[in-house]
Amino acid sequence: MAGSGAVMMSVIVSLEALVSRIRSGDRLAVPVDYAGVSMAATPHIIAQGIDGLRLVCVPTGGMQVDMLIAAGLVTSVETSAISLGEAGGAPSFARAVKNGDITIMDATCPAIHAGLMAAQKGVPFLPMRGLIGTDVLANRKDWGMVDNPFAEGDRMVAIPAIHPDRALFHAGLADRHGNVWIGRRRELAAMAYASKETLVTVERIVDEDLLADEKTAAGVLPSLYVDAVAHAPGGAWPYACWGEYGTDVGALSRYGAAAGAGGDALTPWLSGAEWTNRAEGAAS
Amino acid sequence: MSASATHNERLIAVIATYLEGVRHVAVGASSPIPAAAAMLVRARAAAANAPEVKLSILGSVKHNFFTNGSAELFDCAAQGRIDAFFLGGGQIDGHGNINLVGVGEYPNTKVRWPGSFGSAYLYFQVPRVILFREEHTPRVLVDQVDFISAPGTSAPDVVRSGGPVALVTGRAVFDFDKERAGFTLKSWHPGEDADTIRAQTGFTYETDATAATTADPDAATLELLRGRVADELSETYPKFAARLRDEIATPDGPKA
Repeated sequence: MAGSGAVMMSVIVSLEALVSRIRSGDRLAVPVDYAGVSMAATPHIIAQGIDGLRLVCVPTGGMQVDMLIAAGLVTSVETSAISLGEAGGAPSFARAVKNGDITIMDATCPAIHAGLMAAQKGVPFLPMRGLIGTDVLANRKDWGMVDNPFAEGDRMVAIPAIHPDRALFHAGLADRHGNVWIGRRRELAAMAYASKETLVTVERIVDEDLLADEKTAAGVLPSLYVDAVAHAPGGAWPYACWGEYGTDVGALSRYGAAAGAGGDALTPWLSGAEWTNRAEGAAS
Repeated sequence: MSASATHNERLIAVIATYLEGVRHVAVGASSPIPAAAAMLVRARAAAANAPEVKLSILGSVKHNFFTNGSAELFDCAAQGRIDAFFLGGGQIDGHGNINLVGVGEYPNTKVRWPGSFGSAYLYFQVPRVILFREEHTPRVLVDQVDFISAPGTSAPDVVRSGGPVALVTGRAVFDFDKERAGFTLKSWHPGEDADTIRAQTGFTYETDATAATTADPDAATLELLRGRVADELSETYPKFAARLRDEIATPDGPKA
């Protein structure tokens, strides 16, 4: 019953089936590099040729965004930053910006959070401090200004609600009902609340009900907000999965060098060979 | 072990002078020197039995209070619970404007940096923002930034409780004068003088009458830096902590 065509639909699906729920042209929300990036899904998005993606980085992006741009699948990126962290800049992103291949919607971290929060509350916008006098604001024609109705002469920036079509992230644990343990990574919940559909890859799927234990329940994103879960051990690699494993800076640096060179150097990454080789290495 | 301070130790100690009296300091990702300065202030407070200094170091599990996702830093700043924060910039100009976006005409900048991160908000909200940038050259310290990620000052009708207090570089220390919207040179690190700083700075600034060589950290500071702070730093920045220790062993080696 793991297939998308099954009559008895389970929330637990294969990685391929999970990725197939993302549609060309989707506004796709992905998390900051330390919060659980579903890196394992990335080569599948590329293999399935899901293009015209409008990425929303919550609130910044990294290797996943750079890969999707390198694969030519991205139309626009809304983000507060894109980098490979300790491994340096994001080469495909920088190249695409310079060449005008993508539309860049530069934001600032709390503006992304405000946009998601507005969606969570079902209101059209949230007011926000800061930003006035910046070129970030000057270049966001989709943002507005609002007067504080309770005080004279107090203008604030109005951040419109961000409604992603899909949210995609990686977490440590899910149960068979599709409850996902997110712990203190509450931005993952914010992404899910705001999105039409939420797709999660996980390290482990457990038999016990994560909502049954009061100690885990508060850190759970309930299945109410979760549309598909796929088992993908090591699925955040080369990024960290909090509480599970750390960042593989060496692999990020190798990716950075490949992306800097471009062309054939990127093929093992974009094709997913780096992931399958790693899995085979671990199995042997 | 050398008794004299290394370049990095001097930077850490001078940044710490701008953190006196803080209750809670937040440090952004990939900022080992600011993190070490904040840890130094916390260690000093503990040694003096002064009220605890709280640190939130992004990227650290141990030195981090946040449990509400990446939005909490900004909410915490909005509530006035963060006294000091650090920002850098690919370009910093003489009015304290910072550019984290790129060089050239936006949006198709010929050089693209990661992006503004939280600067367009935190620069307005955190009372003491310390600008830190190791590279001190005319290409970084420019007359006018190409893109304003965050402005040094704002018009009087903009609600703003925060902003820059100082700029620390690998060569010098400047105070920021909010009224004048400009920098004042306070000190230069060993090997520099007023003329070399002038030559390496692309913006105009005033020079304090008492400007002199940056003071070396005292023995008690060096002891904390080489003990407790180095240990704490290893958790989040193992490579940098190891480098600090190597530099102490060979103080006359090349600057990082």
